[in-house]
Amino acid sequence: MTTPTGRGLLHLAAAVDQPDTYEADPYIALTRLAERGALDFVTLGDSFGRPGPDALAVLSRVAPATGRIGLVPTVTTTHTEPFHVQAAVATLDWVSRGRAGWRPEVSATEEEARLLGRRDAAPAADLWREAGEVADVAARLWDSWEDDAEIRDVATGRFVDRDKLHHVDFRGSTFSVRGPSIVPRPPQGHPVTVVDTTEPHAYDVAARHADVALVGAAGPAQAAAARAGLRRRAAEYGRDPDTLRVLAALRVDLGGGEHAAEPGHGGGGPLPSDLGPLYRGGPVDFADLITAWHRAHAVDGFHLTPVEPRRDLERLVNGTVPLLQHRGLFRTFYPGSTFREHLGLARPANQYAALAGDPS
Amino acid sequence: MTSTARARKHVHLAAHFPGVNNTTVWADPRSRSQIDFASFEHLARTAERGLFDFFFLAEGLRLREHKGRIHDLDVVGRPESLTILNALAAVTERLGLAATVNATFNEPYEIARRFASLDHLSGGRAAWNVVTSSDAFTGENFRRGGFLDRADRYTRAAEFVATARELWDSWTPDGQPRPFAHTGQHFDIQGEFTLPRSPQGHPVVIQAGDSPEGREFAASTADVIFTRHGTLAAGRAFYADVKGRLAKYGRAPEDLKIMPGVTVVLGDTAAEAQERAAEIRRQQVSPQNALLALEQVWGVDLSAYDPDGPLPDIDPVVDSGLSQGRTRRGDPLAVAEEWRALSRAKGLSIRQTVIETTTRQSFIGTPQAVAAELDEFVRTGAADGFILVPHLTPGGLDEFVDRVVPVLQERGVYRTEYTGTTLRSHLGLKEPAHPVPEKGLTV
Ligand SMILES: Cc1cc2nc3c(=O)[nH]c(=O)nc-3n(C[C@H](O)[C@H](O)[C@H](O)COP(=O)(O)O)c2cc1C
Repeated sequence: MTTPTGRGLLHLAAAVDQPDTYEADPYIALTRLAERGALDFVTLGDSFGRPGPDALAVLSRVAPATGRIGLVPTVTTTHTEPFHVQAAVATLDWVSRGRAGWRPEVSATEEEARLLGRRDAAPAADLWREAGEVADVAARLWDSWEDDAEIRDVATGRFVDRDKLHHVDFRGSTFSVRGPSIVPRPPQGHPVTVVDTTEPHAYDVAARHADVALVGAAGPAQAAAARAGLRRRAAEYGRDPDTLRVLAALRVDLGGGEHAAEPGHGGGGPLPSDLGPLYRGGPVDFADLITAWHRAHAVDGFHLTPVEPRRDLERLVNGTVPLLQHRGLFRTFYPGSTFREHLGLARPANQYAALAGDPS
Repeated sequence: MTSTARARKHVHLAAHFPGVNNTTVWADPRSRSQIDFASFEHLARTAERGLFDFFFLAEGLRLREHKGRIHDLDVVGRPESLTILNALAAVTERLGLAATVNATFNEPYEIARRFASLDHLSGGRAAWNVVTSSDAFTGENFRRGGFLDRADRYTRAAEFVATARELWDSWTPDGQPRPFAHTGQHFDIQGEFTLPRSPQGHPVVIQAGDSPEGREFAASTADVIFTRHGTLAAGRAFYADVKGRLAKYGRAPEDLKIMPGVTVVLGDTAAEAQERAAEIRRQQVSPQNALLALEQVWGVDLSAYDPDGPLPDIDPVVDSGLSQGRTRRGDPLAVAEEWRALSRAKGLSIRQTVIETTTRQSFIGTPQAVAAELDEFVRTGAADGFILVPHLTPGGLDEFVDRVVPVLQERGVYRTEYTGTTLRSHLGLKEPAHPVPEKGLTV
């Protein structure tokens, strides 16, 4: 689908993080709000090192209470077994009927290492290299069951065709996994991998493994350059760059009323802040900013982190989104049912399907 | 608890999602997906309609293999337990949610956090079945491999659970994070937990091993035992043994609930129930499954044998490693001798012998008869309740809930509504105290 500007539809995502929130209802409320705005997906951050529930658990709790929106928890790869990571993400895809993603993250601090007591802290560069291997083995394990492995053949007494179940025999630099997975191939084939490149060491992992990459940019030219760079690097890794969606990550403060903004903010571009570019202004001006970036072919969309979760998401959904829809830049309903369909990404082929049976 | 001191002991019930072995019949036309969320939702809602205490998921971290290849005769493939239970929390309101999670291939901080998250997100309904397998075969899926000695399994599990409880208790009662530090034989960790104390204080802990060490671990630590001792005689002996171990840990008999895993087959008449039971046993042991069961005992390839013919007269090969990822049935030589004797005495074929020796249906009869038997088990100290293992996904407990639960209620031995909101309250377990650590104990 193309828009009046001749480009693909915008993709919009929002963070549903909320401080000191451990019960399900506030997360369900925000995700439903985002779904009312037909957003592509929500994200929920996670870390062993600060208060908060397990993000993947929260979004599994949210899944049956929502219908279409993509669900992307942060999943740390440093201390958790890769086999457990992939099984949990695959299961999120099953419970959400094809709406799961994950955002790999590393745990680089001494404090986190001491919580687990299993390995010493390591440099972020090493941990991101390992995270890339986790993304690699996860995709292999998701493929370790072919889609038609389950046959239920009464005549031969076989429930599965074991030629369609594969050992992955993965050897990474710090771990190995035999496989196959205990979870059948998830509905999307591979749940969507979202990588935040505002962490510099994550850049190559994004170029190689991400379906969605988040970039930090204060203006359309910078965003366009970041997008072009990522697409180039993806191509160097042998990927078709059109299988990568690049979204600008912005913090948004829409508290300034309909049009008003503090002097020097709003109507203009985002300003740098400690936590990344911050847009401050009203929902209408923000729609103009999105429109301008989109017309400039800067990015495929935006990942927005509301400064005041409830207030700013409401303003986004009730104020900014309808304008973008009116301009024909954003969907008014979900034509597809899976997260990949929202992103316009194909269901990936199974890397083992072409092979003959597992000889081992 | 009712106010009358001599109120009849209530039966506790739980629903086991059908497992990945031949108890689960997949060739039946009513059998549905073992992985679609709809199947889990159906069974969980059925259990909640039946006012069950909890819904239970088993775990296996490596697909079973036989003769070096993936075992293909039984249902296989299941979700990661905690993730699916969080989703089930959205479609149920009171039902407890129990996940089996291995203490060998995980670390306390992470598991404590995942169960505390489930407890918060479900409003106090989480339970953890702590299992301890340590085989190198399963270990090939993990960084750590099969690193744990059999003897160390339960010392690690005990320290694991104790550490998890320290983490669950670590925040102050008014919700402030407080540092913890644990140093022991297996774990040396410190820092701050990421969650306040959860609605149950501690998620319910279930134990499922049977060795003397396993029983001791349960007596010292668990809230519920999931056991295989599902006959009246074996149940009473097990019940007396385990409850007898509690006093030395300062615990009372009601602090630990004993729940055997059992199967139920119903009929309008006793004869009809028996017929249905025989038909299910036949479905559970296909000709291919009969040969496989035999090979698991004999430890050698027996594919040339006719499942409808006699048993082999060759002797088994012990520890051949032919089958990986499933529990042994005992000493192969003794088992083989027993099976051959049975086959000779009754003139049974291979398949008939396997049906006779490996399938077990605990309660067969009319709803009235089954309810009476369940009650008798509980009344006479053979169990506190039951984990029902249906043979069909996902409708395998529909009939039980529709027909047996009302009879239990009429007998006055089963709840007519949930009175509490947490799993602890369904099970009649105490709220764990929230210790206030002495100054200086945690750094
Ligand atoms: C009723 C029952 C259910 C069990 N379920 C599981 C399970 O789901 N996953 C698992 O890894 N082990 C399971 N186990 C295995 C136990 O955790 C344990 O490894 C095994 O019983 C051997 O321990 P033991 O020597 O104390 O008996 C189960 C055991 C029993 C008795």
